[in-house]
Amino acid sequence: MNIQVLNMLLIGIKDTLYMTLGSVIIGYILGLPLGVILYTTGKNGLKPNPIIYRIGDFVCNIIRSIPFLILLILLIPFTRFVVGKSYGSTATIVPLVICSAPYIARVVEAALNEVDTGVIEAAKAMGASNIQIIFKVLLVEARTSLIAGFTITTGILLGYSAMSGTVGGGGLGDIAVRYGYYRWQTDIMIITVVLLILIFQIIQMVGTKVATSLDHRKHKGN
Amino acid sequence: MSVIEIRNLVKTFEVENNKIVALDGVSLSVEKGDIYGIIGMSGAGKSTLVRTINYLEKPTEGTVLVDGVDLSKLRPAELRKMRAQIGMIFQGFNLLEQRSVLGNVCFPLELAGKRKQEARERARGLLKLVGLEDKEKAYPTQLSGGQKQRVAIARALATDPRILLCDEATSALDPQTTTSILKLLKEINERLGITIVIITHQMSVVTEVCNKVAIIDGGKLVESGSVDEIFASPKSDAAKELILGKEIRYVPVEKIETKHAIRIVFKENSAYEPVLANLILKTGQPVNILKADTRNINGRAVGEMILGLPEDGQTKNTIIGYLKETGLIVTEVSENEYTSA
Repeated sequence: MNIQVLNMLLIGIKDTLYMTLGSVIIGYILGLPLGVILYTTGKNGLKPNPIIYRIGDFVCNIIRSIPFLILLILLIPFTRFVVGKSYGSTATIVPLVICSAPYIARVVEAALNEVDTGVIEAAKAMGASNIQIIFKVLLVEARTSLIAGFTITTGILLGYSAMSGTVGGGGLGDIAVRYGYYRWQTDIMIITVVLLILIFQIIQMVGTKVATSLDHRKHKGN
Repeated sequence: MSVIEIRNLVKTFEVENNKIVALDGVSLSVEKGDIYGIIGMSGAGKSTLVRTINYLEKPTEGTVLVDGVDLSKLRPAELRKMRAQIGMIFQGFNLLEQRSVLGNVCFPLELAGKRKQEARERARGLLKLVGLEDKEKAYPTQLSGGQKQRVAIARALATDPRILLCDEATSALDPQTTTSILKLLKEINERLGITIVIITHQMSVVTEVCNKVAIIDGGKLVESGSVDEIFASPKSDAAKELILGKEIRYVPVEKIETKHAIRIVFKENSAYEPVLANLILKTGQPVNILKADTRNINGRAVGEMILGLPEDGQTKNTIIGYLKETGLIVTEVSENEYTSA
């Protein structure tokens, strides 16, 4: 393998990681509060509010029902407005965030719903405010599920970032499409696929490890 | 002034357009230093009642006064402050599973904005009080049920409350652990002067630690007063059922055909006299013992016995007369009251 190809693959890895991590971080900045709002305003939440809940619920469902590839194309004008161009890895982060935020909100909502209502009641009985319950009880008690959700989301975004290669998104997916599909260079395509598998494995492994090591429900024995 | 005063409390829930009345005009008052038992069958409304004392459940009608303060008049922030003054423990312990034992006890102090060091010192003292000083680094999943409830008690006491609410706090524990938790509650009541309200469906819990009791049935308070009085002569059907019926673990005596039965309760002094032997010697009449039991009521042994009496009306009256003369509390019981095991 010549140095040029190697260089290209390294840049591909860097771009893929940039897109995946960039979109997951921005996605969480938007999705985490949205998930907390969904939980809080939900039927059994801290401050049930059917109107806010239904709006959030509706928006999440709409975005989530659009296939990513179509969302990617639909959002081209918006992407161009935000980052100035519609191709390349930075541009890809925009549709990735839009696609992931509602998904993250749902994952967060589900994780918070798992927290024992008795513990929340106990916190209320101790005089905790809703803000204190969210930050000191809900997000802490649900952290294992939250991290598991974070890992799954990152994996999905890795896959989606590769998919964006079909429309010039950059990263390993882009290389696979350009060389593997248009130029019939199967060897390069296989390498990119192997690299994607490796990255995915590492994400999953680290995620699981962090989640278990932070979970005090499983540390048995004295 | 009563520590807790509940007046004409009504709580209704709407479930799919059906109105469910959980509490129906309940009034009671708890005095400082009381260990007040609220007992009833499941679904009687007792859990709803205890939750109105710290306004986790807002009553539909009626007032709750804590230290003379009407809880409905408090603003949210004031209510939260008031709640911090009222400790609460639960059937399911409700510990924070991702926090250590020490972290759990520190939790209410953190909520109140105490400094970490200060909170830890106080928490360690409380863990010593509940006998878990060596478990501060453990996590809730590593503890037994009794230990978890001790942590919950330490946590509930962290903010120096004047009132401790116990919602079926011993219902998930075995009898031995229940006894040790009740002992701890009594100790806390005596040493720290904390008023305790205990919700339970077990009469034994009430007789072991409470000095006062209220019986709730179908959302209504049917009887209340000192435990001694109510145990000796229960008036309402619900009280009779709780004291006589459900806790009988003997073989039902349905086979014995007795028309007349009486329940006698031995107070302290009469427990030492051979009352039955004297009775038989004096009247020359046989009596049938259908049930006999001693119970610990507030640390005193109190005996109860159900006797089957002869058919003859005059002999029956002689026997009852004699028993009353010796200072026993005698009540007539109908057959279904002592056989419904």
